[in-house]
Amino acid sequence: MQQSLHKKRGFGYYLKRDWILYAMLVLPVAYYIIFKYIPMYGVVIAFKNYSVFKGVLGSEWVGLKYFKAIFSMDEFYRVFRNTLMLNVVDLCFSFPAPVILAIMLSEMKSVAYKRVSQTIVYLPYFISWVVIGGITLQMFSPESGLVNIIIRRLGGDSIPFITEKWHWLFTYCAIGVWQSAGWNSILFIAAIAGINQELYEAATVDGAGRFQKIWHITLPGIRPTIIMMLILRMGSLVNIGFERPYVIGNTMVREFSDVISTYVYRVGLESSNFSMATAVGLFQSVTGMVLLLITNAIANWGDGSGIF
Amino acid sequence: MDTKKREKIFDVCNYTLMTLIVLVCAAPFVYVFSLSLSSTRAVLSREVFFWPVEFDLVSYQNVLSDPTLMPALWVSVKATVLHTAIAMCLTILTAYPLAQKRLKGHRVIMLMIMFTMFFSGGIIPDYILVNSLGLTNNIWGIILPCGINTFNVIILRTYFMNSIPSGIQEAALIDGSNDFMTLVRIVLPLSKPVLATVALFYAVARWNGFQDAKFFINKQELYTLPQKINMIINSSQLSSQTAMNNPQLAEQRTAAEGIKAASIIFTTIPIMLVYPWLQKYFVHGVMIGAIKE
Repeated sequence: MQQSLHKKRGFGYYLKRDWILYAMLVLPVAYYIIFKYIPMYGVVIAFKNYSVFKGVLGSEWVGLKYFKAIFSMDEFYRVFRNTLMLNVVDLCFSFPAPVILAIMLSEMKSVAYKRVSQTIVYLPYFISWVVIGGITLQMFSPESGLVNIIIRRLGGDSIPFITEKWHWLFTYCAIGVWQSAGWNSILFIAAIAGINQELYEAATVDGAGRFQKIWHITLPGIRPTIIMMLILRMGSLVNIGFERPYVIGNTMVREFSDVISTYVYRVGLESSNFSMATAVGLFQSVTGMVLLLITNAIANWGDGSGIF
Repeated sequence: MDTKKREKIFDVCNYTLMTLIVLVCAAPFVYVFSLSLSSTRAVLSREVFFWPVEFDLVSYQNVLSDPTLMPALWVSVKATVLHTAIAMCLTILTAYPLAQKRLKGHRVIMLMIMFTMFFSGGIIPDYILVNSLGLTNNIWGIILPCGINTFNVIILRTYFMNSIPSGIQEAALIDGSNDFMTLVRIVLPLSKPVLATVALFYAVARWNGFQDAKFFINKQELYTLPQKINMIINSSQLSSQTAMNNPQLAEQRTAAEGIKAASIIFTTIPIMLVYPWLQKYFVHGVMIGAIKE
């Protein structure tokens, strides 16, 4: 007791000493409470019969009614399956792409060429999804899309890139690679630059070829970065943004392009079925959390390379 | 000799492949750009590839004469400027105190902030909140709710902690400066590159952002530029279904093809113009953000 009197100072002391810092934090903390934590509490409407007039607090509880409802709907399974499918297929293409790109860039000796290439391959990442949606139509639409114009000129038949679901799946992934591979390669390029150059020199002396050096030095050197990025991607397999599937999707491929985010938007904001849509969103958040914790635990258990 | 030859082959393949990748990356932009500068006739007869055919500014004239485009541009500019300014202030106010290890409770607040990266209310609770604050159909609805990006807080905080020598700050405190003066006079001037990076992240996100605008704004006069562009793209898509058997409508739609191209270029130009010069700042931000504590 006495010891703590000497050593432990009350919070008042720190408040007085650092009041300027605390004052700075007032607005940010208010921001997080209002715009992040109040909506987090707002998920309770998944267990309520939300009415606009009664508000979040006033609406009456209905227990698991909406969860039972969504689990008995085919549409829910469809959007959940689509979310997983798009993410998994996308992962298969857009995860290795930046690694390969980073290796290719790092193997270049011409600094000028490397710089110009980097500038151009990073660019699509800065383009709005709405614009990418427009570009997609102009590149791939069955009749007026550039790719199909070229195919027809060469005597082939138009390919339904965006109007037939399996082709659309491919288009969706291709656009993802085009948009993000360059940008995502930055971290890998940095990781490669951090590899000890002496390893390469020693390998050269031993007569190793370029591929051997890539395989035995570069790839093991960036393994931690690859694993970290992979965990993040695996952990967000049930999360999907709204913009990309919305702008690339269309009514003809809805069987594949309808995902959780677009579904929540449709059910919630277009049909005003707020409680139902929130239940779907909450299910997604919780499975996403669990997935992230599992992948992270696996990584920690494997070689301690988890992110937290 | 043999290994030298192999090296050479590798280089040739690598450079060729990279050139192809670069061309594929740039091709869509070049094509859309060419479309936007070609005559309606050339677009209609599908003669345009990677160079404008029958150079014509008619598509741009059409886009710019759209009376709802300029208001949308103005909304986007206003939202981008206000959002960037407010978000920067808030982000600095979050990151600086949390970078001070002596601050009691910084861990708890950091945890509270980080938690929002992994769990959020979701689309509907966000909407209900924004709606109940009266921010739907209001430009503030796309400025305030996205006011702090936690990833940007982490970038800035990491920079404050690792790249600003703590000795300078301590010396300033001993000389009688308070935390606020130290932040304004010493820390911020030393952090210009990272501040530029974070400001750019905010500005680009707001300029390109579509989701929240779509959710929160449905009055046409308050549409942002991406919403407007989305409308242009969708309207020409819609007419493509009704125009199947109607040649006159089909022609109109192809004119719309040029308009679409012009509006895409119109939205993208600001990014294209600033991006190559600012690229190093973006890359800088990614690197700082990736440092694991």
